Amino acid sequence: MERLRSLMDIFNGDGNADRVVPPSGFTARLTSFTAASMAFLAVFALALSLATGRLAARWDAELARTSTIRISAPEGQMAAQSEAVLEVLRTTPGISSARVMSDAEQRKLLEPWFGPDLPLDTLPVPRLIEVLEEGRGPDAAGLKLRLAAEAPGAVLDDHTRWRRPLVNAAMRLRILGVVSMLLIAGSTAAMITLAAQSALAANGQVISVLRLIGARDVYIARAFVRRFTLRALIGACVGTGLAIIGVLFMPAAAEEGAFLTGLGFKGWHWILPLLIPPLAACVAFWATRWAAFRTLSRLS
Amino acid sequence: MFVCDARKDEKRGVKHEAEKTLIELKNAGFTYGGREILSEMTLQLQPGSFHFLTGPSGSGKTTLLNLCYQALLPTTGMVRVFEQDVRAMTRDDIARVRRRIGVVHQNCQFLDHLSVRENLALPLAVSGRDDDLHPSNVDDLLGWVGLTERGDALPPELSGGERQRAALARAIIMSPDLILADEPTGNVDWEMAQRLLALLVELNKMGKTILIATHDLNLIRTVKSEVSARVLRISNSKLQLAGADL
Repeated sequence: MERLRSLMDIFNGDGNADRVVPPSGFTARLTSFTAASMAFLAVFALALSLATGRLAARWDAELARTSTIRISAPEGQMAAQSEAVLEVLRTTPGISSARVMSDAEQRKLLEPWFGPDLPLDTLPVPRLIEVLEEGRGPDAAGLKLRLAAEAPGAVLDDHTRWRRPLVNAAMRLRILGVVSMLLIAGSTAAMITLAAQSALAANGQVISVLRLIGARDVYIARAFVRRFTLRALIGACVGTGLAIIGVLFMPAAAEEGAFLTGLGFKGWHWILPLLIPPLAACVAFWATRWAAFRTLSRLS
Repeated sequence: MFVCDARKDEKRGVKHEAEKTLIELKNAGFTYGGREILSEMTLQLQPGSFHFLTGPSGSGKTTLLNLCYQALLPTTGMVRVFEQDVRAMTRDDIARVRRRIGVVHQNCQFLDHLSVRENLALPLAVSGRDDDLHPSNVDDLLGWVGLTERGDALPPELSGGERQRAALARAIIMSPDLILADEPTGNVDWEMAQRLLALLVELNKMGKTILIATHDLNLIRTVKSEVSARVLRISNSKLQLAGADL
């Protein structure tokens, strides 16, 4: 209850408690600057974390819904094997549609590696069949066995092989973003603690007088805690505001830009950066309170 | 004169039982850095009494006062303040007890960025007695110590005597039961010293318990006719001649 009241006092204010501590310009600026910088970084770490989360979910969903069948067969058997594969797919549960990709589509797929003028008809390029799945998808093992029997040159690629590392990489990036935010919170707490300890040490005379006249530790601590909490809150508001403007000016997500252009907030995620200033204030509150009581407990 | 009387405390639910002894030292000693500064101190301060504590410089007068308001804890023996053992007190207990003790230091400590008036009101503010924080109360007290015109000055702007009087005013604004003064006349001329002493005698007549540490025997003689004071002397780390009336 006492702690809750202390937290409320931050915003209610106590003119007397505020005035007993003389203004301290350096620590004030240091705390505000630290809070602003850390909030700025936290917004981008949050954006990174959310963007990689979205990316992982999107890759997982898109790749999970499709698979590809690659047919490598002599020129004379290609059409027959393609037709056999399509027939197998038509009778396989969990497949909504399947189609043979045109030469133009295959050329477009190979364009990044071989250039735009690829003579596809003169190269032994396998035929690709795009398969769209429905529900829980087909039984991959059963489908592979049926394809082996009906079309020996057909190989099912359900994308699991390269989907998993991509999703894993995105998830690790997301964890990295979360760890970055935790480190930012920890660094903020450490720097504010140091600034508070510096202010407490510089005001040894003030603390001595206050103890002499019967001030309780909580009264002395409150004067410092309120000051540092408000500084951190104001600094974090500025840092968050600047970072949000920066995020707003990031390019919108585009297919060609892939991951880098999707770094921002979407929908209700815009609320999350607004939580950073109050969280920074909470970190400052507990860090200063801890530093204040620790310092005061050493004094007579 | 402004007085924060005990009835106000009662209204707030703060009850002070009538203690028989405000300060009690029983074989109390204090050792620092291997040096025995005080030893086997036995002393009782009764309500309404007036005591002088004398002894040469460095004899331990300030240390004894520090033991009385828990700035130091005894290394041996027992110290009880308002009938509470100081070793059993929490930091909050000490803060509460200090509100009942007015302390006047030789080097008066103030918050230099606050005016004299704000410094005087500080004990009321820190103890949450905001209803006593009326400007007229503080002004009454400033008038009593002759600092009416200096209320808005900052402490560094005051002379030595003014600082001593301001410190005395701050010490009594909470109407404490006990006033401890450490060389309160150390930095002032004879006339000002007598004036400060007269203020302390007046407080004693109002029922306050006074303990003054001083090495100035002339000062003690000046109050001989006005108040029954006991003189305690610290010599060789021990308290002597306790009970000798002037």
